[in-house]
Amino acid sequence: MEKAIEVTDLVTHYGDRVILKGISFGIPRGKTTVILGGSGCGKSTLLKHLIGLLKPTSGNILINGKDTTVMSEDEFNEVRKKMGILFQGAALLNSMTLADNVALPIREHTKLEEPTIQIMVRMKLDLVGLSGFENFYPSQLSGGMKKRAGIARAMALDPEFLFFDEPSAGLDPVTAAGLDELIIKLRNVFKMTIVVVTHELASIFTIADCVIMLDLGEVLFAGPLDGLRASDHPRIRMFLERKPEEETYSPADYFRFIAGN
Amino acid sequence: MPVTAESLFGFIGRRTVSFLKNLHDAALLINNTFYWTFLSPFKGKPIRVRASISEMVKTGYNSVPIVAVISFFVGIILALQAAYQLRKVGALIYVANLVGVSITRELGPILTAIIVAGRSGSAFAAEIGSMKAAEEVDALVSMGINPVRFLVAPKLIALMIMLPALTIFSDFIGILGGLLLSKAALDINPYNYFQQTVNSLLIKDVMTGLVKAWAFGVVITVVGAYQGFKVEGGAEEVGRRTTASVVASIFLVIVFDLFFTTLFYYFT
Ligand SMILES: Nc1ncnc2c1ncn2[C@@H]1O[C@H](COP(=O)(O)OP(=O)(O)OP(=O)(O)O)[C@@H](O)[C@H]1O
Ligand SMILES: [Mg+2]
Repeated sequence: MEKAIEVTDLVTHYGDRVILKGISFGIPRGKTTVILGGSGCGKSTLLKHLIGLLKPTSGNILINGKDTTVMSEDEFNEVRKKMGILFQGAALLNSMTLADNVALPIREHTKLEEPTIQIMVRMKLDLVGLSGFENFYPSQLSGGMKKRAGIARAMALDPEFLFFDEPSAGLDPVTAAGLDELIIKLRNVFKMTIVVVTHELASIFTIADCVIMLDLGEVLFAGPLDGLRASDHPRIRMFLERKPEEETYSPADYFRFIAGN
Repeated sequence: MPVTAESLFGFIGRRTVSFLKNLHDAALLINNTFYWTFLSPFKGKPIRVRASISEMVKTGYNSVPIVAVISFFVGIILALQAAYQLRKVGALIYVANLVGVSITRELGPILTAIIVAGRSGSAFAAEIGSMKAAEEVDALVSMGINPVRFLVAPKLIALMIMLPALTIFSDFIGILGGLLLSKAALDINPYNYFQQTVNSLLIKDVMTGLVKAWAFGVVITVVGAYQGFKVEGGAEEVGRRTTASVVASIFLVIVFDLFFTTLFYYFT
C-alpha cells in the first residue's frame, strides 16, 4: 500500500512534558485511518503536528514524500491547500456567518467568481445537513452543528487529505451515522486520504480501513482493522470491550494518595 | 548562601531569557505586520479592503463622539488656564496662540491616541486573544492563511489612516472649544481669535502632530496584536492581556511622544 503520510520517530513536548515518545507509523493513500487512544494521550497533538501547527522536538513527517518538518512556511502553505481540517472544537471564525466561514478558504486560494463560490458553499453545507443556516453565526449554533459546519469548511476546497478530530462527538446517533456514511463516500468517490480521531466504537468498525492506537505516548497498534479485532493485547481489549481502567490502588493506598503522603 | 546565590542567578537568567524571547516575538510581529501591510500587496497578496474599511468604522468613525467631547473640554480648560496667566500681563488675545499650539502639537495627538488605545487597542487584544484561545488562529494557519495578514494588517491600515484623521478633527474641536470660551468668558471677538490662531500656527505644528499620530497608530496596533497573540490559555488570560495592552500602549505612546517631541524640538 502506498503511504501518503509517513511519520518516523516523532517526539513532541509541551514545555518539559513529553507527550509523544518517538512514534512511527504510515497512513495509506486513499484510505480511512482512525487514530484511537485514551483521553489526553496526545491524539489532537499528533494531528496538530501533521498539519504543521506545532513543530516536533525531533523526528520526521513525510507528506507525499516531502519532509514537512524542514519546510518553510510558504512551502508548507502549498501543502496545506491540499488539506482540510476539522478541529476538536470546530474553531469556526465567530465573527463570520456560516457561509463566509465555508467560503473563506475558497476566497483565499482561488479566483472563482462570487456566484460560483455561493453554489459551492451551498453544496458543502447541504452535504452536512446545514442548508438554510447560511446566514447564522457560529454562536447561534449547537455544538454538533458547529462540528458539521467545521466539516463543511474542511471540505471546501475538495482537499486530498482530510483530518477530522472527533467529528461525531456531540452528535446524535442518526447524524453520527450519516457522517460515517459521508466519510465512506468521500473515500470511495473522491479517493481522499482521511484521518479520523474518534472514540465511537461503532463508527471505528464502520469507517476504518487502518487503525493506529496510541497509549502513553507510544504506538500500541498500527495496521488494518482486522488486526485490531484479532489482537489480544490487554489494553486494546479493554478499549474495544469498554472496560474501565483496572484499580491500581487499594482503598487505603488511594486515601493515602489523595491525602498526599 | 550558595543556594540563595544560585536561585538569584537562576532568577535573573530566567527573567533575561524570557525578556529576550518576548523581545524576539515582538520584533517578529512588527516585521510580519509591516511585511503583510506594505510589501505583500505588491507580491500578489492583496490587503483585505473590506475588513480594513470595517476596522476604520470601528476604530475611527465610532470614536468621533468621545474624541469630540474630550477635545472640546480640553480646549476650554486650556483657554481658561492660559487666561489665568495672560490676564496678569494684559495679553488675553495670546490665549489663541497657546491653545492653538498646544492642541496641534501635543494634546490633539496624545488625547486621541489615549482614547483610541483604550477603545481599539483593548479591542484588538481581546479579539485576537479570544480567537487564539478558541483555536481560530490555528484554524487560519491550517487553511494557509497568515493570521497577521488576515487580522493585523487591516487594523494597522485603519489606525494609520484614522488616527491622523481623528487628530485633525480633535485639533479643530479643541480650538473651537478655546474660541467659544474666549467669546463667552474673556470677551474676545471670535474673528480676532480665529485670525490670531491662524497667524500663530505653522504648517509644521500641524504636521508634527500628524506624524506623531501616525506613529501612535502603529504602536497601538502592534501592542494590541502582540498581547492578543500571546494568549495561550482561556478567557481569564484574555482579560489580563487586554488590560496589559491598554497599559502598555499608553505607556509606549508617551515614550514615543517624548522621542518625537525631542526630535522635532531640535530638527525642525
Ligand atoms: N497547549 C498545551 N499546553 C500544554 N499541554 C498541553 C497543551 N495541549 C495539550 N496538552 C497536554 O498534552 C496531552 C495530550 O493532549 P491532546 O489534546 O493531544 O489529547 P487527546 O488525545 O486529543 O485527548 P482527547 O481525546 O481528550 O481529545 C494532554 O495530557 C494535555 O495535558
Ligand atoms: Mg483531542
